[in-house]
Amino acid sequence: MSELIEGKPGQRYLLMGNQAIARGALEAGVSVAAGYPGTPSSEIIENLAKVADEANMYVEWSSNEKVAAEVAAAASFAGLRSLCVMKQNGVNVASDFLLHLVGGGTRGGMVIVPCDDPGALSSINEGESRHFARMLEIPLLEPGDFQEAKDMVKWAFELSEQIGNLVMLRSVTRLSHASGSVKLGALPENRPRARFRHGGFVLDPQEGAVTSAPVAYKHVLQQEKLEKAESLFEDCPFNTYTGPENPELLVITSSACNLYCREAIEILGVSDRAGLLKLGTTWPLPKKLIRTHLENCSKVLVVEEVIPFLEENLKVLAAELAMEIGPRTIFAKRDKTIPSVGEMNPDYVIAALVKIFDLSYEAAPADYVEKAGLCVMAGAPGRDLTFCPGCPHRASYWTLHNVLALDNRDGFICGDIGCYSLGMRETGYYALKTMHAMGSGTGLASGFGKLDQFGMDQPIVAVSGDSTFFHSVIPALVNAVHYNADITLVVFDNSGTAMTGFQPHPGLEVDAMGHDAPSIDIESVCRAVGAQTTVCDPFDMELTRDILLEKITGKNGVQVLIFKQSCALSPEKKGKPRYEMHLDENICIGENCGCNKLCTRVFKCPGLNWDEKNQHARIDEVICAGCGVCASVCPTGAITKKERA
Amino acid sequence: MTAAANLLSDPFNLVITGVGGQGNVLASRVLGSMLTQKGYSVTIGETFGASQRGGSVMSHLRISSKGTWSPQIPKGRAHVVVSLEPTEALRVLYEYGNPDVYVLCNTRPVHSIAVISGQFKYPEQDELRQWIRDLSAKAWFLEATGAAMAMGNAIFANIMMIGALSAADILPVDKDTFKDAVSNMMAADKVSVNCDAFARGADMLLAEGISGA
Repeated sequence: MSELIEGKPGQRYLLMGNQAIARGALEAGVSVAAGYPGTPSSEIIENLAKVADEANMYVEWSSNEKVAAEVAAAASFAGLRSLCVMKQNGVNVASDFLLHLVGGGTRGGMVIVPCDDPGALSSINEGESRHFARMLEIPLLEPGDFQEAKDMVKWAFELSEQIGNLVMLRSVTRLSHASGSVKLGALPENRPRARFRHGGFVLDPQEGAVTSAPVAYKHVLQQEKLEKAESLFEDCPFNTYTGPENPELLVITSSACNLYCREAIEILGVSDRAGLLKLGTTWPLPKKLIRTHLENCSKVLVVEEVIPFLEENLKVLAAELAMEIGPRTIFAKRDKTIPSVGEMNPDYVIAALVKIFDLSYEAAPADYVEKAGLCVMAGAPGRDLTFCPGCPHRASYWTLHNVLALDNRDGFICGDIGCYSLGMRETGYYALKTMHAMGSGTGLASGFGKLDQFGMDQPIVAVSGDSTFFHSVIPALVNAVHYNADITLVVFDNSGTAMTGFQPHPGLEVDAMGHDAPSIDIESVCRAVGAQTTVCDPFDMELTRDILLEKITGKNGVQVLIFKQSCALSPEKKGKPRYEMHLDENICIGENCGCNKLCTRVFKCPGLNWDEKNQHARIDEVICAGCGVCASVCPTGAITKKERA
Repeated sequence: MTAAANLLSDPFNLVITGVGGQGNVLASRVLGSMLTQKGYSVTIGETFGASQRGGSVMSHLRISSKGTWSPQIPKGRAHVVVSLEPTEALRVLYEYGNPDVYVLCNTRPVHSIAVISGQFKYPEQDELRQWIRDLSAKAWFLEATGAAMAMGNAIFANIMMIGALSAADILPVDKDTFKDAVSNMMAADKVSVNCDAFARGADMLLAEGISGA
């Protein structure tokens, strides 16, 4: 997106929240940015990487989020402004380093941007990062719209330098992955030089060595920094109030919920009764500002996602102020006015306001909704997620599932994080039986693999993607080899971080900025740590089946099998089908064939359809990606493939 | 940048829906960019990531002369639904529809794995059209995927539907705005074929008649 750097200051552009954050970092003169891909955060680093050369930046996709935080911190220690970016889970990974970082403080401005995913639209949890700000005792900022997503980044860097510590700016899916109009600011010209100064007095925050020790002394300093941030928050331009001077109800909110609250108040026409206090600074809360607003109103509604973070911090303040200003009624999550899980939307806020103000509201006429509901039930069959046509994972899981069934000792697969997590569901033949954090599949397998002394005799398989392998599988693999766990690790190497949009990883010969980079070969790593390693093509189903069967049968310590086949959406494959597929309607005899519709009923590639009228399968020419795998699945040879010219 | 003309409603709420892989996100960004050029403030809410993998994908566009709106349209408040797949239109109407909504629907089905495996039956075309007509004030049914395949690639159906929308007299967008928008977003060699797809979509809607089916 050239607008990111070529856009004219003062002009408005339609920017995705993540682009706005990236532009904000550029306007702040950021020098280094590091992150690990994860929805909904990925476009921040992606966009910065694209303009890195022009903007004289260094941008990387780090091997995991802890490393990203360390790379960004090094830049800060050397006096540069740095950004680290991750999805909510990444903060868990980075937190060990972060806790030590914030004890010692930062030099050049450093901002961490976690993008949370309320409602888990692209995650398997909706855990959030805001509580880390409280745990780490650092300031927390939350933009309330797209313009703020840009503007607050610059403010965050200034704040970080004012207090000498890390600042967290939290986004959510509905900001990061939504787009809105943003007025650009100017890009700075000058670039600082990097120098790590370490020769000064040991306790000098700018000249000495950096560390969180001596802890008692540094912790006091850290809390003083937080107090300074709180005092700056009292006049922060991103805390805004709209509404009457003495509202019947004070709505307090932050982040994307700001837009939902604004709209709900407008739709219900209650702007003369409800005031909206939108907070851009949510930890620590600016006490004087909150007090001014609480003094004017006895009833409060808190709207936020996901955990009752703002609610609880506000209640602490309300309790502290109660003797002076009297008790306040607070409607929020704990009293169930607002749902305690999932993402918010304007309708939840409407429902809360309707309840508090005793109003009535109908989103659409009841008879319309009823009729539409019946039509959906009758006419819109469920659309479960599935692997793309041509996806190597479908072939891989077909083989894994069949081999475990052939082996017949109740073997199972420990899952991991990526597109292949869908192996938990129908599209992967329910092959995965555990699913946790990045790298946990191999760690769990390592543990299962030592339970033979307690009589466990089931074959144990772990799966991992190529990017996940570098992120956090290596330590678990080393553990499994060292303790001689009997497991098979299958690495689905599809040549990129596919789930999040093909970001490069250390296994590729290119880096985030598009420069040549030395690649780390997964096969060599596995061999070097002592695992018996084989590489095969999952599209060669017969050979893959035989190798896998042999691997899981014996007690052989750690076996690694690398399934090498590029993602169907990878730049080298997308739109270029390898085979022309043909289905001979005379050979496919449908219900009368012993296969019982194996290709559509069981294999279920979206590129195949069942022709109900004529009772045979057919290839959907719009959807088929020409991978040729279904030709291996059809037992009668009705499906054939022909190499395209 | 021209001054924003009056909208039929402000904010004007439009949903583009379809299945992962149909180019929904690109369509919403092209349309958003066209309307931004016209001086409107556009807010787009999207879901993508896991939802790309064969799931339902929906983009919400809020078009306004007043400023930024929620990236999620409140329930029952869509003014137009552009559907790249017919059953997805029903799903969206259930949540965001109302008796005054307009629907532009690509008629080509994309079977979900529940249909492919035989657990559910995909509805008949006539039935589907009748339901969509019953749930809308105006509906247009266009064989966009078929026309796109005739142009050489099914993916153009998304741009055809935006072209169709431009001809429906609902929003102030035309082929010139489209050309400007895609020239900024796409490689130069793709602009002309996308302009053809846009024009083809507009023709298809006009052939159906401006008052819908």
